[in-house]
Amino acid sequence: MAGIRLSVPQTARKGEVIELKALIQHPMESGYRRGSRGEQIPRNIITRFECLYDGEIVFSADFHPAIAADPFLTFYTRAVRSGTLAFRWTDQHGEMWSDTATLTVT
Amino acid sequence: MPDQPAQPETMFSRRTLIRLGAGSVLVAATPLPVFATPDDVKAAQQELFGSRMIREGRVTLKLPAIAENGYSVPLSVEVDSPMTADDHVRQIAIFSPRNPIANVARFQLGPRAGRAAVATRIRLGGTQAVQAVAEMNDGSLWSGSAQTVVTLAACVVL
Repeated sequence: MAGIRLSVPQTARKGEVIELKALIQHPMESGYRRGSRGEQIPRNIITRFECLYDGEIVFSADFHPAIAADPFLTFYTRAVRSGTLAFRWTDQHGEMWSDTATLTVT
Repeated sequence: MPDQPAQPETMFSRRTLIRLGAGSVLVAATPLPVFATPDDVKAAQQELFGSRMIREGRVTLKLPAIAENGYSVPLSVEVDSPMTADDHVRQIAIFSPRNPIANVARFQLGPRAGRAAVATRIRLGGTQAVQAVAEMNDGSLWSGSAQTVVTLAACVVL
């Protein structure tokens, strides 16, 4: 579980708006499916995503079961200074996965 | 009247009963999630934004005209905003009038985003007009919607 793929530019000019992409492998089990024996498969979804730029949240999202498996997000942020971009996912049980990328601002 | 044994119309033959039995097993095995309605969308919006007026405009929601696979439909939303400290988008919420739950996702942005645009992939339980509502920092609400025809719906397992 929790294969994370990020797309973050390595460098950017100060003030430039950069595109960020983040994907995490997760079934996002909706709770509406049934297994082979007719039993309801319990809901198991990621409910929260956060992107932190040097520790400050610059983008976040709340997910409901209508988000497809392996939730994928594209969003933007302004490059203000060299630093670390941290991407953090939390599921409904409180389990957390994260990964980081380094951005150099010139 | 021909001399025939009385056979009421309601009586089923053994074959018919077996077929009926098999049919009802199929029906029973099919999960029937209760789908949301446009009223549920209104209720979800009221919960998030109260009774504030939602105006149409400034929000561009994009979905494919035909979604062949309802389990993964690319969605993108962009809000016309300069994204400055004085004038920016605070959040964008996505609503579905035909999924089991009207709420789809909510994105929180701020002036640091630079551009009020988000893309993701969603599930759709049927052909519908998905709606996006953006809340600006001054509290005003703007909406946009996109219609998509879903060929294979999510949340329905046959």
